[in-house]
Amino acid sequence: MSLNTISIKQAREGLSKKKFSSEELVNACLFEIKKGKSLNAFITVCEKEALEKARLSDKKIKEEVDLPLLGIPISLKDIYLTKGIKTTAGSRILEDYIPQYSATVVKNLEDAGAIIVGKTNCDAWAHGSSGENSDYGHTKNPWNEEYVPGGSSSGSAVSVAANMALSSTGTDTGGSIRLPASFCNVVGLKPTYGRVSRYGIVAMASSLDSIGHFTKNVDDSALMLSITAGKDPNDATTPDNKVDAYENYLNKGVKNIKIGIPKEYFLEGLDKRIKEKIKNSIKLLETQGANIEYISLPHTQYAVACYYIIQPAEVSSNLARYDRIRYGNDRSFFGDEAKRRIMLGTYVLSSGYYDAYYKKAMRVRTLVKKDFDNAFKKVDVIITPVSPTLPWKIGEKTSDPLAMYLSDIYTVTANLAGIPGLSVPIGFIDNLPVGMQILGPHFSEGKLFQAGKACEYA
Amino acid sequence: MKINVKHVAKLANLPLSENEEKKFEKQLNEVLSYVKKLNEKDVKNIKETSQITELENVTREDNSSFSLTQEEALSSSKKNHNGMFKIPKIF
Amino acid sequence: MKPVIGLETHIELKTKSKMFCPCSADYFGKKPNTHTCPVCLGLPGALPVPNKTAIEWCVMLGMALNCDIPQFSKFDRKNYFYPDLPKGYQISQYAEPFCLKGSIKLDSGKTIGITRVHMEEDTGKLIHESIDGQDVTLIDFNRSGVPLVEIVTQPDFDNTKDVIDYLKKLQQIARYLDISNADMEKGDMRLEPNISLQKKGKTGLPNYKVEVKNINSFRFVEKSINYEIDRQTKILNEGKTPTQETRGWDENKQKTVTQRIKEESSDYRYFPEPDIPPVRWTELQITNYKLQIPELPDKKLHRFIKQYQLNDYDAEILTRETILADYFEETVTLGKKYGLTPKQIVNFIINRRVDPKNILPAKLIRRVISAGKTDEINDETLRKIIKKVLKENPKIAEDYKKGKTSVIQFAIGQAMYIIKKKIDTEFLKKLIIEELK
Repeated sequence: MSLNTISIKQAREGLSKKKFSSEELVNACLFEIKKGKSLNAFITVCEKEALEKARLSDKKIKEEVDLPLLGIPISLKDIYLTKGIKTTAGSRILEDYIPQYSATVVKNLEDAGAIIVGKTNCDAWAHGSSGENSDYGHTKNPWNEEYVPGGSSSGSAVSVAANMALSSTGTDTGGSIRLPASFCNVVGLKPTYGRVSRYGIVAMASSLDSIGHFTKNVDDSALMLSITAGKDPNDATTPDNKVDAYENYLNKGVKNIKIGIPKEYFLEGLDKRIKEKIKNSIKLLETQGANIEYISLPHTQYAVACYYIIQPAEVSSNLARYDRIRYGNDRSFFGDEAKRRIMLGTYVLSSGYYDAYYKKAMRVRTLVKKDFDNAFKKVDVIITPVSPTLPWKIGEKTSDPLAMYLSDIYTVTANLAGIPGLSVPIGFIDNLPVGMQILGPHFSEGKLFQAGKACEYA
Repeated sequence: MKINVKHVAKLANLPLSENEEKKFEKQLNEVLSYVKKLNEKDVKNIKETSQITELENVTREDNSSFSLTQEEALSSSKKNHNGMFKIPKIF
Repeated sequence: MKPVIGLETHIELKTKSKMFCPCSADYFGKKPNTHTCPVCLGLPGALPVPNKTAIEWCVMLGMALNCDIPQFSKFDRKNYFYPDLPKGYQISQYAEPFCLKGSIKLDSGKTIGITRVHMEEDTGKLIHESIDGQDVTLIDFNRSGVPLVEIVTQPDFDNTKDVIDYLKKLQQIARYLDISNADMEKGDMRLEPNISLQKKGKTGLPNYKVEVKNINSFRFVEKSINYEIDRQTKILNEGKTPTQETRGWDENKQKTVTQRIKEESSDYRYFPEPDIPPVRWTELQITNYKLQIPELPDKKLHRFIKQYQLNDYDAEILTRETILADYFEETVTLGKKYGLTPKQIVNFIINRRVDPKNILPAKLIRRVISAGKTDEINDETLRKIIKKVLKENPKIAEDYKKGKTSVIQFAIGQAMYIIKKKIDTEFLKKLIIEELK
């Protein structure tokens, strides 16, 4: 087994036991990146810097320095600002942008000893569900290169699935971590809104953006969150809530955990084979002691419409700063999808339309959130599919923006309600990966790991 | 209500060609027809959610600290002069 | 036709740091773009965190203007494109501002309604230049993000005298609260009047209004408003309605000119600022802010008149700035021991143009006492005498210019010879030096 196929936990153990060096580990990842170039998972590869850091890490390991991610190669979605390293947001507008500062999360990961091997490809401005909206070419699904890897954190998911990094950071505004995680057979976490700082990450929709990551297993996901979570004085939307000791949840099992199954997520639109797979996973959880309860989230049918009013509105405002004056190219460099969302957002906020669209959507949002508040009074977690379909072929949905938007049907609700969601792999259909989503109330990531771990053996 | 793409593009400071205007008009109207779905729901007495955190009163103390250097501030701009960003004259 | 004028005033707060970031707010005269950070420069990924002191000062200003302070308020985004606005939106307050429905009483007896007082952030500065034959605009973002308080009045004004009185009172209140220098010439108080005319007898508001920008000094307030009133009168007399627009005051041409009409400029697409949680006050906090407000100018003025038996004129001068008012009161308290009356003290302070920074109250007492033992000669007479002395002795001026300050004593001697009375020689010396300059 090559070095780069191991998990973070295994790597930390191997490094501290001197079984291999960080330099060897980083080299294995860099080699994989070169080998898998056709997947187009990376926009920038930081070969020189990563190896330098690896050598430094090896020195520190010798000196018995103990940091949670010391010597571990990770990749970052290219919307995370990295000081001195080109950051493009997947767009031609920022094709030459070298940030003057780093995101808080990047600093936290580097302080924990992580080594950045590169910046991953993504749908431009995080606008997309397939990875096909990048101005730097689309990313391919490593399980079958004719299929999409999911988006918008396409390169991030692929870099972990293809063992180019041991973990990758992403963002989830409407499903952009959970969907690619499910399409690429990796674990993807969307934390509670505000659990992880957004400072220094290109804003998509400010009230919906959630900062999360991809890992090979649930244990690693918990480890990453313990480093990225916490209040940031630079982000006024990060609450004071104490960061849980997530490792404590990993081996609790699911005895007596109440799992809610919402009927609205299992209607005719869902591929029957996916439904079957999820049912089996749930049965397995039941044999491990979990209790199932059928619930209703009645406003689910309005979620996509609600999301595609609020999100573009905030997008249109957040992208107004790209005027070429202080950085970047002029606004004609925006791709089609960005232009669509900017105009949609401008329209729903404009005079005469604000009440009918934006104001109304803000009220429907309250109803979507209430659905979850009520459900979580009865159950501990909720399990749903991540996608109504298997990964689709590259190019299949690109001419129909609305069809693309509807693929977010099971994921946008969590962003509207601000709740956390964990996508775990549950198998393959037609040799394409299928994931399952576990949702919980605000700040219940520990419970998600607890249930997710049980599913790993499902 | 059909979208006036020309007007919206102008408001959004997006230069569009005639072809783009036509293409986007069709696509945007489709999306707008879909999101109109919200009209099925009566939300008359429902409060708006603009903050999902339920946080309030988050401020910082009035202390000044480090700024970027002039060089850093200008580092990503293509045109500047005497420490200032430069653009064609606006009226 | 009656003028109908509403005022929109911006006051720049003198906080240490900016409104949404910790950059220093002391930008005046600094090298360009040296007081910026990702937040106020609008870099990708930056987020705003509001300045606690700025918010408190805004509330206090609102209270000083008798506003209601709603329990709940929040920030909104005002979206528009302009090169001095780095994010492409300004964080301001629209639907739920910090202060509402206040009022202020003017000297003319009129009460002006204050619609709202809210917080927002300042923009960068634009400089138009010609470089190598090309016309360009240069941008400095040091001022971007500095806290601004906006005060909007009802359209209750109908003459420029009241407008100027209002501005002076607003400036004085801001200085009393020590939240801003409110100096129009330095740009920390800016005025944008909305002007229209109503036909006599008609009720309600006129069906148009013209906003005037770029009035950068107190002396142009009256000129610009009067010019605009005349301009509108002419148009209305022709039976037409003035265009609803924004005009700029042109200092050089001494007239208002049409600014390029930005048709869509007024659709700001306001929506709640998602990056900043709202503000909710407790009763205790509101009470505390009220307690922090010092005695305000008009209250102090009336108290001085009553307590110290001063006339309007003297009391007004003393209460113009808190420094002088406090100095006066301290001096009066000390002076009681020596049997000095407030009247004696105020006369001395005003006639001798005493600067509180130059002389401590205790020392001032001594001078007042010694002045009481001397004769009073009025300024005019003294100056005539001094002029005579200097004319008859041109060498005094010559020697003084050469730096021979001892010649002053000679001048004093010469003057005293003519005066033949015992007077305050310090004051005489001061006047002589003034004349020599």
